[in-house]
Amino acid sequence: MGRIRTAAAALAGGGTGTVFALLAAIFIAVAFTNPGFFEGPSLMAFLKQAAPLVILAAGQYFVIVSGNFDLSVGALVGAQVVIAARLIDGEESRTLPVMGVMLLFGLAVGLVNGLVTTALKVQSFITTLGMMLVLTGAIRLWTGGAPTGSLSEAFRGPGRRGIDDVPLIGQIPWAVLIMIGVGAAAIWLMRTRFGRVLVASGDNELAAELSGGRVDTVRTVAFVLSGLSATVAGVLIGGYAGVSAQVGQGMEFTVITAVVLGGVVLGGGRGAVVAAMAGALTIEALFALFNQMALPSTIRPAAQGLIIIAAVAYAAKRRTRRPVAATATTNANPS
Amino acid sequence: MQTTRLALASAAAVGLLLAVGCTTDEIPEAETTEEATASTEEEWFVQADYEEQLAQRDIEPEGDPTTPWLQAIEPEWVDTSEYAVDGGDHTVCFSNASVSNPWRVTGWITMQQQVEVLQEAGEIGEFLHSDAADDDEKQISDIQAFIDSGECDALLISPSTTATLTPAVEAACESGIPVVVFDRGVNTDCAVTFIHPIGGYAFGADAAEFLVDNLEPGSTVLALRILPGVDVLEHRWAAAQEIFADSELEILGNEFTGGDAAEIKNIVTQYLQRGEVDGIWMDAGDGAVAAIEAFEDAGQPYPVMTGEDELSFMRKWKETGMTALAPVYSNFQWRTPVLAATMILNGEQVPKEWVLPQEPITEAELDDYLERNEDMPSLHYAKFGGEDLPGFPDAWRDR
Repeated sequence: MGRIRTAAAALAGGGTGTVFALLAAIFIAVAFTNPGFFEGPSLMAFLKQAAPLVILAAGQYFVIVSGNFDLSVGALVGAQVVIAARLIDGEESRTLPVMGVMLLFGLAVGLVNGLVTTALKVQSFITTLGMMLVLTGAIRLWTGGAPTGSLSEAFRGPGRRGIDDVPLIGQIPWAVLIMIGVGAAAIWLMRTRFGRVLVASGDNELAAELSGGRVDTVRTVAFVLSGLSATVAGVLIGGYAGVSAQVGQGMEFTVITAVVLGGVVLGGGRGAVVAAMAGALTIEALFALFNQMALPSTIRPAAQGLIIIAAVAYAAKRRTRRPVAATATTNANPS
Repeated sequence: MQTTRLALASAAAVGLLLAVGCTTDEIPEAETTEEATASTEEEWFVQADYEEQLAQRDIEPEGDPTTPWLQAIEPEWVDTSEYAVDGGDHTVCFSNASVSNPWRVTGWITMQQQVEVLQEAGEIGEFLHSDAADDDEKQISDIQAFIDSGECDALLISPSTTATLTPAVEAACESGIPVVVFDRGVNTDCAVTFIHPIGGYAFGADAAEFLVDNLEPGSTVLALRILPGVDVLEHRWAAAQEIFADSELEILGNEFTGGDAAEIKNIVTQYLQRGEVDGIWMDAGDGAVAAIEAFEDAGQPYPVMTGEDELSFMRKWKETGMTALAPVYSNFQWRTPVLAATMILNGEQVPKEWVLPQEPITEAELDDYLERNEDMPSLHYAKFGGEDLPGFPDAWRDR
C-alpha cells in the first residue's frame, strides 16, 4: 500500500516523475485524437523524428546537471550538416572519412567550450553563446550564406532508413536503435564515479572538490559529451531531411526546455538523464498532438510555452515543499 | 526632430497594424484600411493589387525575351536627363537588406558579375556595398552613411522591410542622387525607378491554379509556409487562399516551417499519418525535397506539388517524374538595378515602375532549365539569368 502511494507520489509529484506523467497524458490525448498513431509504422516514424532531440537532451543533461549551459548545440548541429554536405559533395566514398572529421570537430568544439569555461572561468552561458555566434558566423563565411554540396546516400542511411520488413512494425529505423544505444550509454555513465562527481559538482562545487572529485575535469568532459551528442544528432538530422540553411536553428532552446521539463534543475545538482530524454520525447509528442488536433500553427508556440511553464512550475513547487517537510520531521525527532 | 520621429513611428505603426503590401503607391490609404479591417484573415490581401498582378501575367512584356532582366510590363517611361553625368567610371552604391537565404545569395552573385562587366566597359568605376543582415536599423544607418559620404553617383536599395525603410529612402531621394529600389518596395515613389518581378500574388496564384487544375475535386492539399508576417510571402498565401476558396479542394492546413528541412519532413510525415495528402502548396521552395521524401518514406504516392525554381527541387521533380510546377520569383531581377543605374547616369529613359516578367517553369521546360543549370549546385535558382555573363559558370558554382 505504502509502496503504491510512493509510486503514485513520484509519478504525480515533482522533479523526475512529472515528465513521465505529462508524457503519458499527452500520449493518451494523442490516442484519442488519432488511434492509428500507436500502430507500428507511425509510432516508429514518430520515434525516428524524435531521436535527434532525445540524443541532444542526453548531451545537454550532462552539461546542465554539472551546473552549466551549452547554448552552442543548435549551431553545432547546423555546422556539422553543412560541413558534411560540403565535404562529401555527393561522393559515396567520402562518407566515413567525413563522419570522422565531424566527430573530431564535435569533440573539439566541446573541448574548447569546456576548457574556456573551467580553465578561464568564463561563465558557460557566455562561452557557449560566443561559440554559437562563432560557429554561425564561420559557417556563413565559409559557405557565402547558403550551404553547398550534397550528402551521400550512405550518410543519409542512419537518419532515414532502418531494418525493413519487420512483422507488425514495418521498419525499425536505425535512428531509434542509435537513440536507445545513446540512452543506455548515458544511463550507464551516470552510474559510474564520473556520473556521481558530475552531479555533485553541480550540487555543491566546493564540497565535491573537497571530497576529491575533479570538478573541472568532469565538467569539461560534460561539454565534450554534449559536442559528441550534437555530432550524432547532426548525422541523424542531416540523414533524415537533407541539407538546408536552417538546420539546427533554435534547437539549443528546444533541448534546454526538454531537459528542464525532465525535472533537471538549471544550475545543476539534480535530475536524471532518463527524465531529460523523456522531456525531449514529451516535447516531440506535444508537437505531434498539436498537429493531430489541427491546432492553428499561429497558436502553437504560445500553447507549448504555457504547458511547459505549468509543468516546470508544478515540479518546482513539489520540490520546494519536500525539504520543508523533511526539516519539520527532523525537528520533531531531535535524536 | 520630433516630427521626424513621429513620422517614423506612425509609418512603422501603419506598416505593422495594417500590414500594407509592397506596392501601395496607387492605392489610396483609406481603401487599404477598409480592406485590412474587413477581416483579420485577409489583412495581407489587397484586391486591386491581386487583380493587377494576375492580369500582368498575361501581358506581353516590352523588350527582348532573350534578356528578360531588361524587359518591362506596361512601362511608363520617365525622363532621367537631370541625373545624367558626363564621362564614365561612376561610383555606384548598394545597400543590401541581407544575403540570408539562398535566393538572395544567388542574386547577389549575379549582381556582382553584372557589375564586373560594366566596370570593364568603363560605365561603373567603384561599386560600394553594405549588408544590413536583415536589421532595419543597420540598413537605415547604411543608407545615411552612403548619403553622407557624398561618393555615390547612384544608390541602389533592396529594403529589408517596407514601412520602416521608407523615411530612409526618402532621405536618399532628397539628397539629390538617383535612387533605385528593387525587390521589396517602400511606401514612397520618390525613387527614379522601382524594380520588381510581378509579385507575390502572381506567385501564389500560379501555384494554387496548378493544383486546382491537376487535382480531382475533393482532393486534399497541405500548404507549407516559411514565416508569418513577411509581405512577399503573405501575398503568395493570400492569393492561394482566393483561388482555393473558389475550388473544390480541401485544404488540410497551413503550417509554418521556417524553411527547415527537418521541420518540413516532420510536419508532412505527421499529416500523412492522419490521412491522405494529394497536393502540396509551398510559398517558397526551401526544403521542398524533404517534403517529397516524407511521401517516399511513408510509402505514399507522390503528391501534385508546387515548389520553386530552386535546383534540388527541380532535380527531384525530374528524377521522380511527379506532377509539379516551379513558380518563379524572378531571380534575374538582381541584374536590373545596376543596369538601370548606368542608364540613369547616361540620361536614358527608364520605367517608373519596372515590372519584370515572372513566369513559372512548367514540365515542358523542365529539361531545358536543368540542362542550362547542369553545373550549378543545389540551392541555386534556375531563372538566375546570368548564363551570358563572363563569370559563368564558375562564379555561381564555386560560391
